[in-house]
Order: sequence, then structure tokens, then C-alpha cells
Amino acid sequence: MIPPSFTYARATTVDEALALAAEHGEDAKYLAGGQSLLPLMKLRFAAPTVLIDLGRVTELSYIRDEGTYVAIGGMTRHHEVAHSELLAADIPLLAATAEAVGDPQIRHRGTIGGSVAHADAAADLPATLLALDATFVVKGPDGTRSVPAAEFFKGIFETALEPGELLTEIQVPKPAKPSAWSFQKFNKRAIDFAMVGVAVQGGSVALINMGSTPLRASAVESALASGASIADAAQLAADGTNAGTDIHASKAYREHLARVLTRRALEEAAARP
Amino acid sequence: MKVELTVNGKDMTADVEDRTLLVHFLRDVADLTATNIGCDTTSCGACTVLLDGESVKSCTVLAAQADGRTVTTLEGLAGDDGTMHPVQQAFHEEHGLQCGYCTPGMVMAIASLLKENPSPTEAQVRQGLEGNICRCTGYHNIVKAALAAAEASK
Amino acid sequence: MSILGTRVIRTEDPRLLTSGGVYVDDLREPELAGAVRATFVRSTIAHALITGIDASAALEAPGVVAVLTVADMTDIPAPPPAPEPSPDDPPSEGPVPLGGVWSEPLLAVDRVRYVGEPVAIVLTDSTYQGEDAAELVSVDYEPLPAVPSIEAALAGDTLLNPDAGTNVCVKGGGDLSDDSIFDGCEVVVEGDIVNQRVAALPMEGRATAAVWKDGKLTVWTSTQNAQLSRLILTAVGLPPDAIRVVAPDVGGGFGAKIGVDREQILIAWAAKHTGRAVRWVETRNENLMGMTQGRAQLHHIKLGGDREGHIKAYRLDVVQDSGGYSRMGGFLPMLTNLMAPGVYDIPAVQAAYKAVVTNGTPIAAYRGAGRPEAAATIERVVDWYAAEAGLDPVVVRKLNFIKPEQFPFVTKTGAPYDTGDYEAALDKVLEAAGYDQLRAEQKRRIEAGETKLLGLGLASYVEITAADGAAGETAKVEVHDDGTATVYTGSSAHGQGHHTAYAMIVTQELGIPMEKIEVIHGDTDLIPDGVGTYASRSLQLGGSAVHNAAIEVKDEAGKKAAELFEAAEADVELYTDTGVWRIKGDPDKSLSWSQVATAADGGLIVANVRFTADRPTFPFGSQLSVVEVDVETGKVTLLRHVTADDAGPVLNPLLFEGQRHGGIAQGAAQALVEEILYDADGNPLTATLMDYGAITAAELPSFELLTSETPTTVNPLGVKGIGEAGTIGATPAVHNAVIDAVKHLGVRHIDMPTTPERVWTAIQKASAQ
Repeated sequence: MIPPSFTYARATTVDEALALAAEHGEDAKYLAGGQSLLPLMKLRFAAPTVLIDLGRVTELSYIRDEGTYVAIGGMTRHHEVAHSELLAADIPLLAATAEAVGDPQIRHRGTIGGSVAHADAAADLPATLLALDATFVVKGPDGTRSVPAAEFFKGIFETALEPGELLTEIQVPKPAKPSAWSFQKFNKRAIDFAMVGVAVQGGSVALINMGSTPLRASAVESALASGASIADAAQLAADGTNAGTDIHASKAYREHLARVLTRRALEEAAARP
Repeated sequence: MKVELTVNGKDMTADVEDRTLLVHFLRDVADLTATNIGCDTTSCGACTVLLDGESVKSCTVLAAQADGRTVTTLEGLAGDDGTMHPVQQAFHEEHGLQCGYCTPGMVMAIASLLKENPSPTEAQVRQGLEGNICRCTGYHNIVKAALAAAEASK
Repeated sequence: MSILGTRVIRTEDPRLLTSGGVYVDDLREPELAGAVRATFVRSTIAHALITGIDASAALEAPGVVAVLTVADMTDIPAPPPAPEPSPDDPPSEGPVPLGGVWSEPLLAVDRVRYVGEPVAIVLTDSTYQGEDAAELVSVDYEPLPAVPSIEAALAGDTLLNPDAGTNVCVKGGGDLSDDSIFDGCEVVVEGDIVNQRVAALPMEGRATAAVWKDGKLTVWTSTQNAQLSRLILTAVGLPPDAIRVVAPDVGGGFGAKIGVDREQILIAWAAKHTGRAVRWVETRNENLMGMTQGRAQLHHIKLGGDREGHIKAYRLDVVQDSGGYSRMGGFLPMLTNLMAPGVYDIPAVQAAYKAVVTNGTPIAAYRGAGRPEAAATIERVVDWYAAEAGLDPVVVRKLNFIKPEQFPFVTKTGAPYDTGDYEAALDKVLEAAGYDQLRAEQKRRIEAGETKLLGLGLASYVEITAADGAAGETAKVEVHDDGTATVYTGSSAHGQGHHTAYAMIVTQELGIPMEKIEVIHGDTDLIPDGVGTYASRSLQLGGSAVHNAAIEVKDEAGKKAAELFEAAEADVELYTDTGVWRIKGDPDKSLSWSQVATAADGGLIVANVRFTADRPTFPFGSQLSVVEVDVETGKVTLLRHVTADDAGPVLNPLLFEGQRHGGIAQGAAQALVEEILYDADGNPLTATLMDYGAITAAELPSFELLTSETPTTVNPLGVKGIGEAGTIGATPAVHNAVIDAVKHLGVRHIDMPTTPERVWTAIQKASAQ
């Protein structure tokens, strides 16, 4: 219930944050919204000895129209993403996904950067950003680099972020047909993480909780691209996945859900005017 | 470390452990015990308060994160003359509470909900309360109270 | 103008809504200033011998005042010895708890029998220090094979109590060997039904604070009965009058806070042992491992009847999982047996039970305590039988209901039902729900090949309330010289609104306005004699006690008023509308309550009553649940829930409905989403609220409540109890609805909770046949 002791450090700029991370090395973790990290610390599954609070790094809180893509600062809260008029018009899949995260209280605090960096395989945003071919801008002691979503998620809670690196910006290309989207989150209770989830944007299909990272359903995408029907393509949704068995669902059931939800998502996306 | 918060309109300063959760600051330092703790996994919402006007689960916010910010708890919701906030009044009229333990969090969550969506549908209220668990009421009257408060606030 | 039966908003609310309730963790009594916080060190293994405890590192940690283990408990008397059982002949029924070899220690002595069992207590200045220090206490375990289930317990390869020679701690009930009762039955249904283990999950967990000062132990604890708690606390080696128990605001109980349990006795002992005030507030994780849980029964059933729907015979064989220690002996399954036939007049009924110990959290009372299990099974089996016979479940129910003219009716299992009209309740619900239209829509969707199908689930239930009516309840009513009144009740509200209800009863009888009536409960210094709130007993027993005490006060006051008027008693009346004493036919002369009380001895009119009932009461009802099942995924959505519950005259519709709403939600939750799970080694898999599926507003609709009021003759108010009835009816109604949605595919039963995967798997299995 109580986190182990740690030292709290606060940054007000990105450079300050990076400097603090460099100073404290492996003992330190960035604190974004805290809605994933603090629960882990309270259960004593994570015990960083230094927390670098990014809550005052206002320069990382923005949603900007950059013409061909939308740039979102890493510290932008889910609530802002969910209610962004720009995103509602140009990337409704992303707005809808942010609205599906947790509950209203969690959405007031949780951030898009924090969710991506945390990389829970059952989380909503990483899969959607994978489907949207987002690019993550990462700043570190050695400079800035861009990592495509397809290369960012390495394993459960494991990303391409090197120690000390900070996810500053998420760049999401505007889809050709914004309305061709669907987000299917299957759970037993509304508050639960997705047992399995599917994010669709046009012909891009990404899966939640079908492996240790979000996955593109490439077999489905290839089938669609070669002219297969939605029904036929969706049958391939579990191909190349590695779903787990836990108290919520078995692997076989998850694979079944992936197929059904993929079909529904593609049908819904296609049906929007 | 030193933290300074404005809680229910009152400025407070205290020296607390860095790891102090906002809920413990409110209960043990500010001595505002209406806000309750119901779980350890950010699931139940009993600890919901307003941070700069938005509902948050105070068990999953560090007091340090709230430093320099404004917090409103149940105790600060009624008017200075004691007039109950429309949500409090509606809970009373609609029997929206039984044991009262989840109530402060429930009331604050609904106050925030109605601020952001002044005319919610029943489905929107129910969806909006997915992070608040009640064991006594079956939610029926809580939802009724939320809708009544929305109506009364028009 | 009667206030009874009207919708009165609660007097409890303003305080709860503005400054918040004061639960144990909120107490700021001067005696608790500087109290140490207690943190328990708990077993992390389900079954093991304890080979050593090393607290040396913990003792060095900041803020540690003491680390207490069983070695420190020499100042606590040993529990009285109990007769040793023989493995071949487990005690029938048995006392509660069983004692002897089945006894439960306070701190674990030589072994642990469930994950979460308390092993040591760390006392620190602050809570934060407590969690840090508890991690440093090192306990050595020698693991034993785990007994994680009823099946494993019955197999008996490993015994939790080697001295007992068995894992079966109680056996009772009748003979199940005579199969001839099923001779000639054209339709027979037989199978196993699981009534799964669930968590009581009050929003406030267990919490206790204690102070030992000047030879008196004061204990504030989150309990449903302060007086019973005091009795239990004598285990620390003190007589009752050296102990004061106070129940502050209590954040829910549902049966799991009856009395006090081992951790709470330990806190009281720790205060006495160290001389320091001690406060303990459990975390939710501790609560989901250490607070008693509910249900956990395995039923083997057999039901036989003819093709027209007449039930001829029913057999129920119950195995109760007790968890690591049997806290309630055979009490729960005994009630399940008692209520086995439910609302039906079944010619032949056989029921028996046994209880086993397993390496899980101990089981005790949880909303319904043994009766939901009976209703859940008989109602499920009736639907199952109806499906096998190709009959509408409504038809089968109506054919077999006990008829109104048959009351009072004693069932084949010995339950003495007082009053009831089961068919009327069912008809009410069918009409309000639009049953025929719903069946038509269900048929339409199937024929149209839709994938979201409707399921209609019925449950007709009867339940036993105030089973311990003989214990009764106490009430003291005082009218003071200022015209105000105080009610002291042995009831112990934890959300039920007794203060409002009992004040209404006093207003009704005495005409004193609600705002001038104070209701007090839960303090053994003020109310040394009382029984408490559980078993849906409070209004019928506690309310009747208040009622009778108020009448005694009225009679006393009438005598005094007559004296003051210098009139005959028969000529004096109380005008309850304005709370004024008058001489009949003479409106010019009146006396206020204040005047009458001032003139009484000591300026007080008081009556002290214990009300006992010679029989329990039997509320009843029908519930209809409408679900939508997505057959492609198995996901269930609860669309509507319609109930007709009858618990006699309704004192306050607001409170009455509130109890039903809460009951329905818990009942639906068991059918749909809740289950406590362990792995093969007895490790809990659902010990947080992320993993345990507590139901939220997003999964539930608003409920449709209908009411009928069939009084009982057992008490002066004519009321029965409604606290648990909603739960008892809701579980089978929702459960039946899910199976009803897919019965056309050949599905006959799905165990609860009906998770999406379970439903989908059942559909696949049935379709494959």
C-alpha cells in the first residue's frame, strides 16, 4: 500500500529532467502521470530510489497540427487527447482510444508518453499508435532520435528507450481517411484492461494483449491488401501472435476473440461514411 | 520535503516524506478524514478528490505532485454557509448512500463528471463511475442522484 | 397521519455527506493520541510448518516499538479444551466454532493453513514505517502439500489437522442413499453445481483500535455487534465488565464483521500487553486474503419429475469449503439444507452436508449465509428440468409452488414458512417485465440468426430471516424533560439506516418529531445488552423492541399525564400528530412531552425492552433478469432486472428499496463476474481489486422494483427482513438468464461466474454434440 522510500526530484524543463536522470543513473525513474508507476511502487513491485517528476515540464504538454501529422507532447494527459477537437477531426481513432483508458480520474492524470514508455502489453494506446504508424521522438544525453512505433516495443514493460532517455513527442501521421477507424476493447468489466483489443485504421490492424507487445496483425493486413474479404482476412488475426493464458482468459479463447474483434473492427471502420 | 497545498481554500504547508501519498497528506496532515482508502490498486475510487478542479484518485498522486496546487475534498464542497452542493443534496434526497464509506469519493467523482458534462445520459453516468466501487447501494440511487443533481443545476 | 410507510430521507446523511463518516481510521479520541500502528506479518504460503521467526532486522528498523509473536502470548489464557473428534465419525452439526482439534489460533503457532494467515505483529509509530518493518521480519517455512480445493480435501492425501485423521470437520443432514424416490420419474436431472467462493468486500475493511488504561480495555472496532465482540474479547483474559467495545461508523459488513476475529482480538491483546494504544487498519490485499469469505459450496443434485412439470423428488448433497479453519462448523450448509426445496411443495426431499477444511481463507457468513446457495441451486435445477422437459420455466414453477392456502407450511426439511404468495409475486414480475413480449423477441432474434441473443432468467425464492429470533433484540426508549427522546438499540447499523427507521417508529407511537429523537447504538458502556445486525433481523426484532418500548413509555406517560390532568387514565389521549397529551373532548387542556417527563421520577420516562420472536420469518419474491448474450464471444450484458420482493409492510420505501438494490447488485455480481481463485499451491490469484471482479455501475442497469406486503404474525410490526433477500433472488435469476439465452443450442448448465469464456466454451461444447 505504501511505496518504499525514494527521493523526489522535480524538473521544469526537458533539459533539467535529462540532467537529473544523468545524475542519478539507474536508480532513477521518470514520473509522468504516475497512474501505472505509482501502483507498481505501492505494491512494491518497483522500487526506484529517485523519482524525477515531469509534472511541471509544461513544454511537453501540447497537441499541434503539423500538417501531415499531429505532434503530441509526451506529458499530454489522456483527458486532453480524448477531448482534442483536432484529433476528433483528423485522427478520431486516437481520441477514442485515449477515452477508453482506465476511468475519468486516471485519464485526468495519466499521460500518453507515460503509457507508451510503460509499455504494458494490455494497454490501449501503444496498439493504436502502432496501427497509426506513429513515430516516437526520444531525447537523451546523446541527442535526439526518432523511433518508429514498429521498432519501439520490445517486450513486456520493455521499450527501445535507453537509460535516461525521455519520450518527448509522439508524431502521428494523419490517416488518408480519418473516419475509417474502429477500436474494439473486450473486457469482462468496463474498468478492466483489454482481455484482447483491436485497433483499426484503414487497412492497418493492431492487437492488444495477444503477445508481450502490441502487434500488427500482418497476415490480416496482407490478405486485405490482396483483396480478401473482411471475413476471410479476419480469420488470420491470431497468426503470428503469442497470447497468454491467465485468470481472465485462455490462449485459445484470446485467439478466437482476436478473430471476432478484428472482423468487427474492420466492418465498423468500413461502414463509417 | 516541504509541500504547500491549498486544501478547501486554506493554504497548508508541511514537511512530509517524499513518498507521502496525497490521500495520507489529506487525512493525517490536513486532518480531513472524509476521504477514505478502499483499496491498494487504484481500483475503487473511494479516495477521489479534486486536484485543480479535476477528479483524481488521491492514493495514486504524491503529495509532492500536488505541491502548489489546489485540492478540494468532500469537506470543502458545501458552501461557506453550509449549503450542500447539488450533488450532496441529491445524494441525500435520492438515498445515494448507505454505509457512507465510498460516498466522499463518489460525490467528488460525480461533481467532476457534471462539471465536464452538465447533462449526461444515464449510460454516461454509469460509464463515468466505472472507477468508483460501492458495495451497499447497487449504484441505482447513486446514478439517480447524479442525474438529479444535473437537473437541479440547470 | 402515519409516518410509517412513507419515504423519509435519512437522518444519518447530513453528517456523512458533509464532514464524512468517522470510521476506525478516522477516530481522533484523546486516548488514541500517540497510538502505535499495527502491521501484520502474514503467511506467504498456503500450507507449511513454521520453523522459525527472526525479527532482529525488523527490530532495528525506524519507528519499531515491538514485534510480537506467539512466544509473547504467555499472558493470554488458553482456550477451553473441547472433545476430540474421531476421524470415522465427524461431529454432526457441531457447535460454532467447533473447537478441539479444529481450533483456530490467534497468531499461527506451529503451522499456517492459508496464505495471509497472521504470523506476527509489528508495532510502529507510523503506518509507513509498519510496512517497511514488516518486510524485514523473516519467517522460515517448511512447505507441506497444499489442499487447494474441496476435491483435494475429500481425497485426504494431505490433512490440515493430522490429529483429526480427516479433512471432514462436520457432517450432518439426512440419508441420501434411498434412490427409490426417483422411481417412475420421467425426467431426471443430475449433476454438480458450484456455488463459488466470493469475497464479502465491504468498502471499509477490518479495522480495530484499542487502549488499555486503568484496568479497562476500550476497543473501537468495525463490527456488526459490539456486545458479541465484547464477549469474544474476553479471550484476552478479562471479564466482560473490564472491556468496553465501541462500533464507530462501520463501512459495510455483509456478515463478515459479525463479532471480532483473530486479528482484532490480537490488536486488543497487543494494547493490553504493551500498554500502548494500538490501531490497525487492514489493506485491501490483506482484506482479500484475511477477511472471511462467502459461499464456496459444491452441490451434487438430482431432481426428478414427470413430463408435465410436476417435481416428485429432489436430492441435495452439499460440501462446504470451510477454508483453513472451520469458523462456523456446519451452520452454513445446515441452513442450505433447511432451505433446499425453496418455494416448492416437493413430495420427497433428501438433503445432507459435510464441511471440509482446505488451504484457503476461512469461510463465514456473507449476505445470505447458506440460503443463497440453496436458492441458487433449486432455481437453477428447476430451469434445467424445465429445459429437459421442454417446458416453460414459468409453468413448472407455478405447478409446484406451495399454495397460499397451505400456509403456515413446514417443508420436508423442517423449515416453518409463515406466510407467502409465491404465484402472485411471479405474476407481478412477469407482467411488469412484459414476459410474453420478451419471449417473442427472444424467438425473433434466434430465427433471424442474430448473434446477440436474449436470455430470460427467473428466480422464485423464499428466505429465512431472524433465524435466531429467540435471541431477540433490546431497546431502551427515554423521553427527557426537554421533550427530546433517546433510543438505545442493540441493533448495529452499518448502512441500513436504523437511526431513521427507529426514529420513525418512535415518532409514530409518541408523536415526538424526528429531529428531536436521537438513536444510539454500538457502545457496550451505554448498551451492555444487545445482539446486533445480521441475518436480516434488525427491523423485525430491533424495531419491534423499539416499538414495544415506545408503547411502554406511552403507557407510563399516560399515567403521569392523567395525574397531572387529575383525570382518569381512560380519559387521557396522546395526539400523535402534534405530540401533545390531552383530555378527550377537551381541546383547551394539553400537556407537552416535556411537561409530562419533567413531572416524572428523575425527569425521565424510560422503558427497557427485550423483544424475542418464537419463530423466524420468511420473506419471498420473484425476480426476472433479462440478459443479452453475444454468442460470438460469450459476453453477457445485464439489460434489465425486475423484482417483486415481499417482506411484509414497508416501513420506509427508501430504505427498503436501497437494501434491495444493493442485494441485487451483489447477487448479480456472483452470477456474472466475482470469484475468489487459488492456484494449485493455494496461492491467491484474486487478492487485489484489479484481479477480483467487483461489479461497477457500468455493468448494471437501473433496477425495476415491485412490492407486495404480506405481513407476518410473528412480531407487532408484521415485518420480515429484506437485507439479504435481494441477493438470494438475484443470483439465480441472472444465472438462469444466461443459460436461457443459449439453451436452444443445447446448453443446460454453466457454472458461475458466467464469464465470457465459460459461456463461449459451453456454446462450443453443445454445438459440437
